[in-house]
Amino acid sequence: MSAIAIVAAKEIHQAVRNRWVLAATLLLAALALSLTFLGSAPTGDLGASRLDIVVVSLSSLTIFLIPLIALLISHDAIVGDLERGTMLLLLSYPVARWQVLLGKFLGHLAVLGFATSIGYGAAAAVLLASGTQISHDSLAAFIAMTGSSVLLGAVFVAVGYLVSTLVRDRGAAAGIAAGLWLVLVLIYDMALLGLLVMDQGQTITGGTLNALLLFNPTDVYRLLNLTGFANVSMFSGMAGLAGTTTLSTATLLSALALWIVLPLALAALAFSRREL
Amino acid sequence: MTPTVRISDVSKRYGRVQAVSNVSFDLGAGEMIALIGHNGAGKTTLMKLMLGLIRPTGGTIEVLGENPAAGQFAARRQLGYLPENVSFDAALSGREIQTFYARLKREPVDQALSLLEVVGLGHAAERRVGTYSKGMRQRLGLAQALIGQPRMLLLDEPTTGLDPELRQTFYEVIARLADDGTTVLLSSHALTELEGRAGRVIIMNRGVMVANGSIDELRRLARLPTRIRVRISDGGRIPDWLGSFTPSRRLNGHIVEIDAAPEQKIELLRRATADVDGIEDLDVMPPSLDELYAHFLKSAEASQ
Repeated sequence: MSAIAIVAAKEIHQAVRNRWVLAATLLLAALALSLTFLGSAPTGDLGASRLDIVVVSLSSLTIFLIPLIALLISHDAIVGDLERGTMLLLLSYPVARWQVLLGKFLGHLAVLGFATSIGYGAAAAVLLASGTQISHDSLAAFIAMTGSSVLLGAVFVAVGYLVSTLVRDRGAAAGIAAGLWLVLVLIYDMALLGLLVMDQGQTITGGTLNALLLFNPTDVYRLLNLTGFANVSMFSGMAGLAGTTTLSTATLLSALALWIVLPLALAALAFSRREL
Repeated sequence: MTPTVRISDVSKRYGRVQAVSNVSFDLGAGEMIALIGHNGAGKTTLMKLMLGLIRPTGGTIEVLGENPAAGQFAARRQLGYLPENVSFDAALSGREIQTFYARLKREPVDQALSLLEVVGLGHAAERRVGTYSKGMRQRLGLAQALIGQPRMLLLDEPTTGLDPELRQTFYEVIARLADDGTTVLLSSHALTELEGRAGRVIIMNRGVMVANGSIDELRRLARLPTRIRVRISDGGRIPDWLGSFTPSRRLNGHIVEIDAAPEQKIELLRRATADVDGIEDLDVMPPSLDELYAHFLKSAEASQ
């Protein structure tokens, strides 16, 4: 086993032992299931495929919840181990700092991936079991939503690591992580909306808007899920935007990938320069 | 034979704090070296430098033939380290932690687990480390440092929190390793227990090395007096010849204590053993490591 795999396996082991995995899975499953049962109330059983409705409501929820869970497990990863003193011993072993970081990332990603796919999968399984007809398109949209939710989680794990390698103590890491969550999940979109309203389409072009959307991973995720599939975008109220947006799925996916790789690389750099 | 560790003119500065200044020494295979000094004297910094966890601001370090901070890990696989106040992930058991570290070092897991028995943790191996006492965590710290018969052991305050019995076992284990050629560097505050165990002593003060040598060499350097107590036979008077040895003091009616300078020592013993009627018994107490340490610190402070 490589050093990265050893560190990742230990991280998963710890998350299972600490009941992080259980808590995250139960939380996501509970929310997915309640949305599945309650979510169809406004639309009734007409027209809309129930799974499509679930994709729309669940992806809106993911934007709030997954970044929160990801930041919760990642902001402490480096600075917490440094403060507790476990990092000093680990780094005296034949393992490079970037290997520690990558190993932890893969471990946390596995935890998040497990919780998301089991939690959300439970909702799809219940729909299937209750005899709902599910088209291939709807299923594809659902799987894509689950996959991109894990990607969104990976983005915020990477961002959390960057915070964790830069700050001096755990308290600061928690504060900055909370601030980042507020900005990226809530404030950014409101500010963008305000800007668009004030601007009245005078100076901000479609290109600028696209660029601004790519600067926030939660917007990338939203575009990916709410406009990516015709059957979903119909019910998300974003069919109009979906028609005009020039961002392809490939562009959006690369933007998410960049949002993972860049913070992770910066975190590795900051970590390698840190004095112990 | 090339030394295990070669430290030449090494300095380390943290911002405005000069943690270590121009320190040079070699450590050879099979040596047991005590690194002593008060808190903040630079002991931990020296260990971190040897591990390659930090880079020196000046000078060069060579550990087992390579620069520890260069990112090559061949040497680290042969190193064992016990940090001061060692801590572990509380959610895992002792066995799981020992397995994890053995894998990272690419050493057989079975052998690593048998070390838990050596340090007396066999009964608690399945328990979570979160439930361990300070002494048990320290034992686990030792067990992980001993993984894979290291050629070099760096132990920062290894015996704090250990009960006397385990201290004994601990020194036996590392003495056996040193016999097999492992270099053992240990820092400690418990100077009395290092006496007679450490072959060499390095004394640090405010980042400067103020002494480096065997305890005997340090005694010669320090020229501290040897305390000699003579017990005078019942009813006897203090012999006249004793008066020429000063400073001396009477502890009670029968016992006189003399602080004998090194060149007086043999002469005094000769006179005492020749005085068959006058002297009943005598005790010779060479300066302890505590006294040597205090002496070197004082002279270092005085020269500044």
